[in-house]
Amino acid sequence: MSTAVVHDHESGHESHLQHHFADSEQQAETSKLGMWLFLATEILLFGGLFVGFGISQIKYPEAFLAAHEHLQKPLGFLNTVVLLISSWTMVMGVWSARNNKQKALQMFLLLTIACALIFLGVKYFEYSHKFEDGLLPGRFYTHSPMSDHQFVFFSFYFMMTGLHGFHILGGIGVLTWIYLRARRGEFSSAYYTPVDLVGLYWHLVDMIWIYLFPLLYLIK
Amino acid sequence: MSEHTASNPKKDAISYAVTLTVLLVLTFITVGASYLDFGSGNVVIALVIATIKASLVGLIFMHLLHEKPIDGLVLVAGFLLLSLFLGFCFIDIDSRGDLQPANVKAPVLVPAKPAAPAAKHQ
Repeated sequence: MSTAVVHDHESGHESHLQHHFADSEQQAETSKLGMWLFLATEILLFGGLFVGFGISQIKYPEAFLAAHEHLQKPLGFLNTVVLLISSWTMVMGVWSARNNKQKALQMFLLLTIACALIFLGVKYFEYSHKFEDGLLPGRFYTHSPMSDHQFVFFSFYFMMTGLHGFHILGGIGVLTWIYLRARRGEFSSAYYTPVDLVGLYWHLVDMIWIYLFPLLYLIK
Repeated sequence: MSEHTASNPKKDAISYAVTLTVLLVLTFITVGASYLDFGSGNVVIALVIATIKASLVGLIFMHLLHEKPIDGLVLVAGFLLLSLFLGFCFIDIDSRGDLQPANVKAPVLVPAKPAAPAAKHQ
């Protein structure tokens, strides 16, 4: 890095540098490490569900196979594609901020929010279809006799996709916040840490879906 | 930030587009593979492809390739702890008998007690 460039940027944007950091770079690195630690706890949060799912699948392989036939593969596939595209629009948003492209940053943030809304819309259709068929978690399951253990699959299905769905909702919240700040012109190549961190969160939510999709929808 | 100011914006944008394309292709492959029967290999294939996709997201979209190694170390540590959790759970269920959830009212195999004459006591 050339110090001259950093100086030039910082002269106009000193307000974001907190006094206990030596410079902007150290501040950004620290924030990122904090975010990564949070993401590690997120992996462990979902990890418990993944482990439970794995154990139950070993326990009731036929029930899980039969239950997963009720999921709509094309919709799961569509949502996977939507989330992957949203990851790309997100990283392009960070790229725009890094390269001082204000208009592009706002556009990419809006596109990411749009993808998130499409994802939730598809999920709504999937959920309502299952509600109608009585494919509900635990004791609310009414589709087939409890003794065939298909309700176990739906307990995991709703817990995992539900927790993931709440993460998407949270993502829409922080993305909207970042968008509003971007509209006020708060981000530039000198300071875009919030965009960067929201991006990391958003990619992790995508990463979790990358595992959820084959495990839930594509059982063989 | 410093690493990025040195990198070429155009090259970055191209690498993101290529990554997205690869991710979409891998998604098609996952779906395609799920229609073929590899026996127990199906879940392995699905997980391997998912891990390749997750690595691409981590390395390129989450910039781990250009970040300080400590960030990647935190992510890897998270996955390592998860694999410990997963591994020991699977060893455990693999090495013991039948398990039933506590709320399932199915017959449970209880070692037969010697038929005690004092069957009246509760």
